[in-house]
Amino acid sequence: MAKRHFVPKADKEYTKADFTSDQMVKWCPGCGDHAILSSLLNTFPKTGHKKENICMVSGIGCSSRIPYYVDTYGFHSIHGRACAIATGVKLANPELSVWVNMGDGDSMAIGGNHLIHAVRRNQDFNITIFNNEIYGLTKGQYSPTTKFGQVTKTSPFGTIDYPFNPGELVMGAQGTFFARSLDCVPALTSQVMEAAAKHDGTSVVEVLQNCMIFNDKTHAAITDRAVRDDRTIVLENGKPMLFGKEKNKGIRFNGRCLEAVTIGENGITIDDIMVHHEDTEDTGIHMMLARMSGDLPVALGVIRNVEKPSYTELYENQMDECKANGKYKCVDDLLNSGDTWEV
Amino acid sequence: MSKNQIVNKEDLVVRFAGDSGDGMQLSGTLFSDASALTGNDIATFPDYPAEIRAPHNTIAGVSGYQVHVGNHIYSSGDKCDILVAMNPASFKSNLKWAKRGASVIVDIDTFTDEAMEKAGYTDNPFTEELEHAYTIIKAPITSFTSRIGQEQGADKKTADKCRNMFALGIIFYMTHKKLDQTFAYLERKFAKKPDVIKLNKAVLSEGYEYADKLEVIHSHIFEVAHAEMPKGRYRNITGNVATAWGLLAASERSGRRLFLGSYPITPATDVMVELSKHKALGARVFQAEDEIAGVCSAIGASYAGALACTSTSGPGLSLKSEALGLAVMTELPLVVVDVQRGGPSTGLPTKTEQSDLNQALYGRNGEAPLIVVAASSSANCFYWAYTAAKLALEHMTPVILLTDGYLGNGSQLFRIPKVADLPSITPRLAKPNDPNYRPFRRDPETFAREWALPGMEGLRHRVGGLEKCPDGPLSTDPENHALMTYNRQEKVNRVANYIPDQEVTGNPDGDLLVIGWGGTAGAITLAVEEMNNEGKKVAYTHFNYICPLPKNTGDILRKYKKIVVCELNNGQFAGYLRTQFPECPMHQYNKIMGLPFEVGELKECFTKILGE
Repeated sequence: MAKRHFVPKADKEYTKADFTSDQMVKWCPGCGDHAILSSLLNTFPKTGHKKENICMVSGIGCSSRIPYYVDTYGFHSIHGRACAIATGVKLANPELSVWVNMGDGDSMAIGGNHLIHAVRRNQDFNITIFNNEIYGLTKGQYSPTTKFGQVTKTSPFGTIDYPFNPGELVMGAQGTFFARSLDCVPALTSQVMEAAAKHDGTSVVEVLQNCMIFNDKTHAAITDRAVRDDRTIVLENGKPMLFGKEKNKGIRFNGRCLEAVTIGENGITIDDIMVHHEDTEDTGIHMMLARMSGDLPVALGVIRNVEKPSYTELYENQMDECKANGKYKCVDDLLNSGDTWEV
Repeated sequence: MSKNQIVNKEDLVVRFAGDSGDGMQLSGTLFSDASALTGNDIATFPDYPAEIRAPHNTIAGVSGYQVHVGNHIYSSGDKCDILVAMNPASFKSNLKWAKRGASVIVDIDTFTDEAMEKAGYTDNPFTEELEHAYTIIKAPITSFTSRIGQEQGADKKTADKCRNMFALGIIFYMTHKKLDQTFAYLERKFAKKPDVIKLNKAVLSEGYEYADKLEVIHSHIFEVAHAEMPKGRYRNITGNVATAWGLLAASERSGRRLFLGSYPITPATDVMVELSKHKALGARVFQAEDEIAGVCSAIGASYAGALACTSTSGPGLSLKSEALGLAVMTELPLVVVDVQRGGPSTGLPTKTEQSDLNQALYGRNGEAPLIVVAASSSANCFYWAYTAAKLALEHMTPVILLTDGYLGNGSQLFRIPKVADLPSITPRLAKPNDPNYRPFRRDPETFAREWALPGMEGLRHRVGGLEKCPDGPLSTDPENHALMTYNRQEKVNRVANYIPDQEVTGNPDGDLLVIGWGGTAGAITLAVEEMNNEGKKVAYTHFNYICPLPKNTGDILRKYKKIVVCELNNGQFAGYLRTQFPECPMHQYNKIMGLPFEVGELKECFTKILGE
């Protein structure tokens, strides 16, 4: 069956200003959320979707205020439930382009169950996770992504919780799209959001975001300008996995695991460097890439993007088939079906 | 059957009991269907354990199905006139449901030493005393069935599965009914398995023949009165199916897509199972990962413009509490079906109770009023589901519909309506590009806001759990919160202007007013009717609209010196009424045994209060 698209196209071209709402943005000055909002507003015109058909859904937390700052339809729901609400929105009206925004606590602690099941079903909506590794709106308690051992208000002696890696969760749940970006690189964030919008099925974009009040510089080890090129790698489909200021470092699979190598050292050539294939169905390599940290650069860009029929497509196909072949055309038919008799 | 002595009866109660897997639910259904088709009114009550197949021959594994047939049947009946017990455990645990003098048919082949010991018998179960109190018919059901199986080349397992047909054959003989109806069912059900049809038919006929040859049965043939019912087309329906169909009808009539987001839970699951079959009629069912996702997906669907519903039972309603507050706050239409069961916690999953009333009325944080209605018969679940949807869509609010395990699993005759004859439903949709649209602009009469759907041009807005001002944006202004709280309450209060007055039945000039609500109407109606026939003066009012109450409720209550509120909980409705009508003293009759009311116990209670 031919691939189906459900969201109507806009009959005009929009700009970022068309999506900017008149509400005062109340995030702290300097918060990474501002940059993510800006990237999102830049992305919407590029999707070509009709403005009225865009619906934002969020949970609870600093980042979840975002629907108020975007001039589309929006639902600021309750803690953890954004994916479940979005599922109903999309099922009731497949013509809507649905965007889910959550923080790390919202999506992976209280809402963890809904996240993995939305991903497992390949629900057709775009999830952005604002990952600042802390509970900000409740003022600084550790979250499911807080680094092991970190001191926070509720872990004065250091956490003993092993953190989640969102990419691993997504792939473990058979996710079809996962990308990662940094709040301080808005162009990359927009770029992966655009790719996410084009993807049919659940897309998850993790943005490593700085909370300057309660977890300042939590991502600094990779985001600082001085180290960023060496500590991160921007993956590009079909291209060798190169990074570093001089683009002379790369990722190699040594038979056991991934390792960072330098071209020209120890006989390493460009041919030893892995080429990124975002569309490999098997999650193995993508999982390893999503997990890279420590001696390996943190992977950014689109890590996984595979085609698989979305829940929306499968659902609508089934609905259409049942309607075409159904025995009952209206409720009266059903009421009078089976054993009935006249008195 | 000229040799038979026929006993004419207004009504007859038959109870089928056996091991889970003995096919008692099927025997019961086939008997009730056959009775309905031959002109009886019916009500049924499945009484089954939570375990799917508890150990063979134990009391824990006993499954029962009671059928009440006759003229004007209000409930599934108190005690039975005929009991079928397929093994010692079911005999032991169900004899208490048999009237003194009842005919009891047992499969005597199953009364082995081992099975009797498992059932807890240390001695002969058929004591002289029991033989005197009941007509016990010891039918060799297993051996007869095995013989037929052997004759037809069926293996023992297949033959054993037909034992229920032998018992059914005996019952058909005793109730003076023909077998054609059940033959037709078997032919439909096993259309692709001619061997199975042949075997079942043979066993059913053999049971019938067996009864014909048994002298003791000849004085126990019952001719049950035909029902005098309003003209129309009828069918048999369970409460859960009626609920599902009521929602489908409301969707068709309102022009809104039907969405059900639910999670499996006893005894509500069949609502979801039924709607899952009807994609052709546009039912969009989503089996969620949990109860919370069930209601949240429904809230999302409601925001997007569907007639959104979720079905559950008590523990599930607890999990949905926070989300219901969100539906109250966002003022979105939503139907929550709560098929109540014994609680708290996991409680008695397969048994009935009315103990979720307080949860429905009050179980949310903050001031969170919503509409609560209750169905009062298996068949009228259709109308109350329809009404719940109508109220939700026209008043822009969540509605909780309370049914219960007794109504949901039980079945009744249903007079089939035409969808076009049902009351119209007019959702409060906003007009695209309305320059005056504001998210919380209200209808001056109902106080309902307008429903602007994503996709509509010119109505972009945001909703959410945070307090908003009438124009839509967030507000923490103290006066605004007071105003919005008042408006949400007033909107629910004003529903009272759109519902009919509460009616009093029985003897309205009675010395005692009996109050009931929800699924207990059958037993209470019969108890009140019998009391009045016996010369007592008893008035009766039964509530379906719980919140808000009909406007004349206070006028009714204040007319009576003696009031008794009967409910299957510890007095939740009585407590609710007392807060609104503190001037009216009320007695209570409460039962918390996981079982429906019996007419006898109600009459005893009413008689006692009248005598005080």
